[in-house]
Amino acid sequence: MGLVRREIMPGIWLNYLYTAKFKTSYMSFTLLTQLKRETAALNALIPSVLYRGTLRYPDMEKLNARMEELYGAVIAPSVRQLGEIQCIGLSASFPEEAFLPSGADEFSNVVSLLSDILLRPATKGGLFLPQYVESEKEKLTQMLLSVINNKRGYAITRCREEMCCFEDYSAGRYGKAEDVEDIHYKKLTKQYRMLLETCPMEIFYCGRESEKRTVSALKEYLSAMPRAEINYDIGTEIRLNALEEKPRFCREEMSLSQARLVMGWRLGDSMELEDRSRVTVFNAVFGGSVTSKLFMNLREKMGLCYDISSAPDLRKGIMYVSSGISADNFETAENEIFSQLDAIKRGEITEEELESAKAVCIADTLAISDSQSALESFYLVRAVEGTDYSPEESAELLKDVTAGDVSEAARATECDMIYLLAPSEVGDENAEEEQPTETDPEVSD
Amino acid sequence: MNIRSYEYKNIGETYKSAVLSNGLEIRVLEKPEFRTYFAAFAVNYGGADMVFRMDGMEYSTPAGIAHFLEHKMFDMPDGTDVFSAMSATGADPNAFTSSEMTCYYFSSTEQFEKNLRLLLAFVTTPFFTDDTVEKEKPIISQEIMMGLDNPGRTLYYNFLKLLYRNHPVKVEVAGTVESISGITADTLYKCHQTFYCPGNMILCVEGNIKAEDVVAIAEETLSGWESASVPEPDYGEGDGVLPYETSISAAAEISAPQFIIGSKILPSESDRTRQQLTAKLAVLCVFGPSSAFYNRLYSSGLINRSFSWDVDYVCDTAMVSLSGESPDPDAVLNEVCAEIDRVKALGIESGLFRRIKKASIGGALRSFEDFETVCIGLAEGHFHGSCPFDGPEILEKIGVEECVAFLTEYFAPERLAMSVIHP
Repeated sequence: MGLVRREIMPGIWLNYLYTAKFKTSYMSFTLLTQLKRETAALNALIPSVLYRGTLRYPDMEKLNARMEELYGAVIAPSVRQLGEIQCIGLSASFPEEAFLPSGADEFSNVVSLLSDILLRPATKGGLFLPQYVESEKEKLTQMLLSVINNKRGYAITRCREEMCCFEDYSAGRYGKAEDVEDIHYKKLTKQYRMLLETCPMEIFYCGRESEKRTVSALKEYLSAMPRAEINYDIGTEIRLNALEEKPRFCREEMSLSQARLVMGWRLGDSMELEDRSRVTVFNAVFGGSVTSKLFMNLREKMGLCYDISSAPDLRKGIMYVSSGISADNFETAENEIFSQLDAIKRGEITEEELESAKAVCIADTLAISDSQSALESFYLVRAVEGTDYSPEESAELLKDVTAGDVSEAARATECDMIYLLAPSEVGDENAEEEQPTETDPEVSD
Repeated sequence: MNIRSYEYKNIGETYKSAVLSNGLEIRVLEKPEFRTYFAAFAVNYGGADMVFRMDGMEYSTPAGIAHFLEHKMFDMPDGTDVFSAMSATGADPNAFTSSEMTCYYFSSTEQFEKNLRLLLAFVTTPFFTDDTVEKEKPIISQEIMMGLDNPGRTLYYNFLKLLYRNHPVKVEVAGTVESISGITADTLYKCHQTFYCPGNMILCVEGNIKAEDVVAIAEETLSGWESASVPEPDYGEGDGVLPYETSISAAAEISAPQFIIGSKILPSESDRTRQQLTAKLAVLCVFGPSSAFYNRLYSSGLINRSFSWDVDYVCDTAMVSLSGESPDPDAVLNEVCAEIDRVKALGIESGLFRRIKKASIGGALRSFEDFETVCIGLAEGHFHGSCPFDGPEILEKIGVEECVAFLTEYFAPERLAMSVIHP
């Protein structure tokens, strides 16, 4: 099985992957545009407004009823961020016709509906319906504010915002809540039309339909898509170094039981390589696996935390470490994280650590072929990068990474931000008082 | 070894099943076209099984014991830890403890057989010292703290405390910092010996492997593992059908109020799967994304996309619930009651009912695509005496009147409880 990629209409690229091993098929439409603070929220709002209704199914009740009629096809708005490229669109997961009554014509019906949602929204006088726009503005604001509900995610978001405060990257894939308020339905319609006309669009299909039928269905249903000069001038500004000589520090307080520590690094020179496998393996050695130095030392040896992990953003050239700790242990944890990184920089990587990290990275990469949504994300990244590795080829690259490469990747990093979300004084006292009394009567002794 | 095959043509699935001489049930889904392997070794033992009877004796153990045991199972007597041994082949080992089950699992793309042997060996080889048990306490304490800072967890456990006066399902699976403080190596050995016996466990495997090979590996690796009597959990005095209390509200560091509205279900003795699917169909018809209810509340701003529903069978009880974020949870509760009144008066429209059934086909196919969901679902089903693959066929037979009856019974105002957390 191999991916076939070709331009089927101006700036519209089909990534076609034949496979008969799944029971459902997957298709996505993704418009690629430059992530900018000014337009991030505006763009992010578009898929949700499109999802409110089409010309033919003018409200969500009818649109959802249609998806149910299509044997539970799931079409969903999607907003993603790859470095400083904002990816907005729709995805569809739907049953293979082999499992449906004959004559179901599922594929054509879903492609038709997906295209309608993208191209023929419910409008009045050619403009988005103001009540839909206002309603979705409210939902988007609620969603953006709700980031505070998940303390781990909130701390990572805050670290990213502080660390990249001068970069559009910090806007996040949905933009900022305060930018939603001023969006007007006329302005939004104009932006929508501009994106349709000028954005490169990536289509991904994975399933049992032939390439021929896929292309012809897409050409038919997307024929009305207005296209002008395509703007391929999109990309990510990669900052190789930390902003200041010493890592910046930011501390915030909330009523919590546990502190959340997030540290952010720039990946440095490693980002200049086309093949960034060494960063992937370095991350696994450092904090990206259960045998990593951070997990083995901070959790298993020192008992400082329950969760600790590192994760790189290979598009932007950043790596985060995130952990939940007792506030008293902040300095101990911070020092130990640095000291584990220093060990890697000095080349203190055992054969077992390296081989285990590589094996985990390779297994993760090979497993991509067994999940349609993972395949879709994988090939979207390839399209954005302009590379054409398959998961199997990526796994081969990982095999070649040496301890020296890992050490070099570690030496290239620069810590740029240390963020601590600490329990507030009041919250601290509450937490201490509450815990002993929270035991249920039946639980004691 | 007698291996039986169960084929489900409608969904294109077949699983093979065998029972070892010691009583361990094994289920295998052969998937030659996939690279990934998945194996789950599950114990019918969870956070709610604190009090149990064994050989005529009653035992009471602290909250969080099943979860603590799960944490400590990865240590081996020779000083190695299983995480490292499995990771060396690229496998991703993990475990979870729910109210009713402890499950050890891994996925891998290489050396599946070696990893399967390791999984079977470590789960059946207890090795604890007071020293290693003490060392684990601060780690689990941080996990408990993380839970305390998770407002969704507070919302959920408050909901359970409304529904149940006695049932231990309302007790946090991880326990509290205090409840785990007294756990010793001896407590862990006792619980392992009691619950981790062949008749109380199941092995589920999916991937490019033959059932015969899985069975052979299990027979060989577990050759000295003998059958034992299965403990009987004591969930306390029955709670009845009405909620213990009807509402609770708590403050949390969140952006907007969140709610769970729902009721207790008395699990059917005769056909649990049918009751569960009836509940799901009924809820989807009346509160699902194409319902008038959902769209009215969504448009008016009373709910947003976080609105969801759940039908959950745990231990010997079950519950149905609606949850989400809302500026006014009381108004949502009123709307739910009003909607049920409408259903009582007008029933469920047949076109809608047919459509929801049709949609469930895609839903089932999608859920059977994921190895983890399938293997863990098979294990849960086994402990409850059901199989998720039976779902689509049973669902076909459910009538609209069953759904109406379910809604009128379980969404009757006196049955409902509402947990709210607010900023």
